[in-house]
Amino acid sequence: MSATIVSLPDQSTARIPKMNYLSKENGLLSWLLTGDHKRIAILYLISLSFFFFIGGALAGLIRLELLTPQADLMATDTYNKVFTMHGVIMIFFFLVPSVPATLGNFLIPLMIGAKDLALPKVNLLSWYLYIAGGTLAIYTMATGGVDTGWTFTTPLSTHYVNTNVLTTGLAVFIAGFSSIFTGLNFIVTIHKMRCPGMTWFRLPLFVWAHYAASILMVLATPVVAIAIVLVALERTLGIGVFDPTKGGDPLLFQHLFWFYSHPAVYIMILPGMGVISETISTFSRKRVFGYTAVAFSSVAIAVFGFFVWAHHMFIMGISNYAVLVFSLLTMLVAVPSAIKIFNWTFTLYKGSITFETPMLYTFGFMGLFTIGGLTGVFLGTSGTDIHLTETYFIVAHFHFVMVGGMLMAFLAGIHFWWPKMTGRMYPEKISQLAAVITFIGFNFTFFPQFILGTLGMPRRYASYPPEFQVLNVFSTAGATILGVGYLLPVLYLTWSLKYGAIAGNNPWQATGLEWQIQSPPLTENFTVTPIMDHEAYDYEWLENQNLAKEKSKEVTHAG
Amino acid sequence: MPDSPVIVHGASEADHHEHPAYLRHHFESVEQQADAAGFAMWLFLVTEVMFFGGMFTAYLIYRNWYYPAFVAASHQLDVRWGTLNTLVLIISSFTMAMGVWCAETRRKKGLVLCLMLTMILGLGFLGIKSIEYSEKIEKHHVPGFHYSLQSFTDPQSDSAVYAEYHDKPLPLDMARHTEIYFSLYFALTGMHALHMIIGIAILGFMIFRAQAGAYTSGHVTFVENFGLYWHFVDVIWIYLFALLYLISRHQ
Repeated sequence: MSATIVSLPDQSTARIPKMNYLSKENGLLSWLLTGDHKRIAILYLISLSFFFFIGGALAGLIRLELLTPQADLMATDTYNKVFTMHGVIMIFFFLVPSVPATLGNFLIPLMIGAKDLALPKVNLLSWYLYIAGGTLAIYTMATGGVDTGWTFTTPLSTHYVNTNVLTTGLAVFIAGFSSIFTGLNFIVTIHKMRCPGMTWFRLPLFVWAHYAASILMVLATPVVAIAIVLVALERTLGIGVFDPTKGGDPLLFQHLFWFYSHPAVYIMILPGMGVISETISTFSRKRVFGYTAVAFSSVAIAVFGFFVWAHHMFIMGISNYAVLVFSLLTMLVAVPSAIKIFNWTFTLYKGSITFETPMLYTFGFMGLFTIGGLTGVFLGTSGTDIHLTETYFIVAHFHFVMVGGMLMAFLAGIHFWWPKMTGRMYPEKISQLAAVITFIGFNFTFFPQFILGTLGMPRRYASYPPEFQVLNVFSTAGATILGVGYLLPVLYLTWSLKYGAIAGNNPWQATGLEWQIQSPPLTENFTVTPIMDHEAYDYEWLENQNLAKEKSKEVTHAG
Repeated sequence: MPDSPVIVHGASEADHHEHPAYLRHHFESVEQQADAAGFAMWLFLVTEVMFFGGMFTAYLIYRNWYYPAFVAASHQLDVRWGTLNTLVLIISSFTMAMGVWCAETRRKKGLVLCLMLTMILGLGFLGIKSIEYSEKIEKHHVPGFHYSLQSFTDPQSDSAVYAEYHDKPLPLDMARHTEIYFSLYFALTGMHALHMIIGIAILGFMIFRAQAGAYTSGHVTFVENFGLYWHFVDVIWIYLFALLYLISRHQ
């Protein structure tokens, strides 16, 4: 064992190490049967991107339909199916697993000084479950789709539609177990696999965020699983748990569904927040301001997140007192989120800020997430909610948080750790351009939807009154720009696999443990178990090390 | 450490120390491995609690709303069968616990015997459950298209149950709600039975492995964790027995 010392890249010998996790074994089977968390992360990254582009294509169809006030591109039934499949694929097959299954999988063992996740076989199983669920979702789409909306609202889903509710439900059920296993694996790993000296308050905030998200995955996902099972039993066998003709209550389904699906948005956003903590500290060369507050705010979001689900149901006939309580609790969730935003902003203060691509995405995240979060407070206020719910305001709010927040964070993370994952740098200039294009495209797409929502344009319709057309055209045009913004990284990142500059161990001169080993790492990650002997993000310490090194060089030179 | 902290070398520490063969490469010690697996199993059981929790919530709400229907419908369950099944499961939990002890003290024959007994008792539980299910099917108490309200609107037609409880006829709209009771009954006991079936399948696999001596050489994590699962399924049944069979049988 030995202490790990942060070191600067030695560019004179920059080359990809011959032995690494990518080159260790070859052939398809060595990937499909791997237990290596890094390879599983890559498998996830490829399959996630695939589903992202299917979901994205469906979004494109929606925006194209909404270019004109009439339902002219597709029949209204088809439109229902398109937005449902867009929601199902994007939420269950992209957003929920996005950062945890790729970056989390790849980095958590590296960050805590472990050789792998605690349960490698379970990790691989979770990928297979994801693929099984995803295949079923694609099958559903190919055989006619489903048109209930991604919320599977009863009794619509149990009694009134003839589309593939069962297969979609099963797909979500299976994907849910994939997510449960990922979360379970992370919790066990973070508890049991930390290297000597890696105390809880030396953990990178990325790990804290994933820990909080994992708690949500483990506790909330089984509830939606049982809700889906009951819907399936109701459709097939005709049991009556949600059936009003037998005395069942459709609202009960909503409670069970949102008990998962509200925490699920925190499952989606928390890992993204973890990425932002890493990038913002690295590119301002400063320790994250208020480390403890940011760490605990993740946990607070996870805890509060369980007690706000009914704010999705303000207009669905729950009692006024419940509305009051849930409205208050919803506003409380804004507090830990605000703690994060403020602390990140203070981290920037007097930092040596540089504007590499991950940092551009980070700035995008901070602005857009703040808008998305604040409009969430509007919607948590029951009076405003009754006016705005089921309009495009909801759509805009959700996409600001998820696309503006989460997707920006995902891209920030992918760019930030790309050198670690592949050993090569992405091309900087064009990536910065892509980040700017994404930001512009995003705002053109979704900001008009806030205005449309306040003007009263309802969501989930293929047609709309002609006076809304101008804003819809803006939105569709923005979506086109956004599409370019998402295609570019696919192209240049693929290009960089072969032609990118060699990154070296620590291209960002960051302090995290993952940067102290070779890129790409060995299958075993660390040849000797590291010992953590300093705080996370200890940039001051790093600067002192560098100064000392330079001084000793001067002394040698003089001598 | 020098500038390039990684020594490119295929061999790992494992070559230098004596480790039991079952220690996976990414763990430092056997204790860490057993700790991690046990912790993971407890977490998995937490997810199971949440899974059944959804149905228990539904039960709680509907029981409050449709109390008379729930009482009348619960009279259709035979407490004797339920008690017998509870006994069977508790004994199977005991044999499972003995199995874990046998594995820990490296008694191969004892382990195989205990696992076999557990499996037989598990199958016995399912057998008794299927007798109960077939009664429900005969009386058309399975929710759905063929559901019959006769036992509740006209209790005297159901002479066996009437002799025991002397139920008054329920008004039609309340009688309809008995279908919710049976929906939950079948959902809950069905999910429980599914867990039993999975458990029995794993038991079969374990008996096969135990005969080869896989669990009696010090590596008992798998048996221990399966034991936790089996006890958990047992505990769920205890709750089901209390909620579905026992409480408020008399109005």
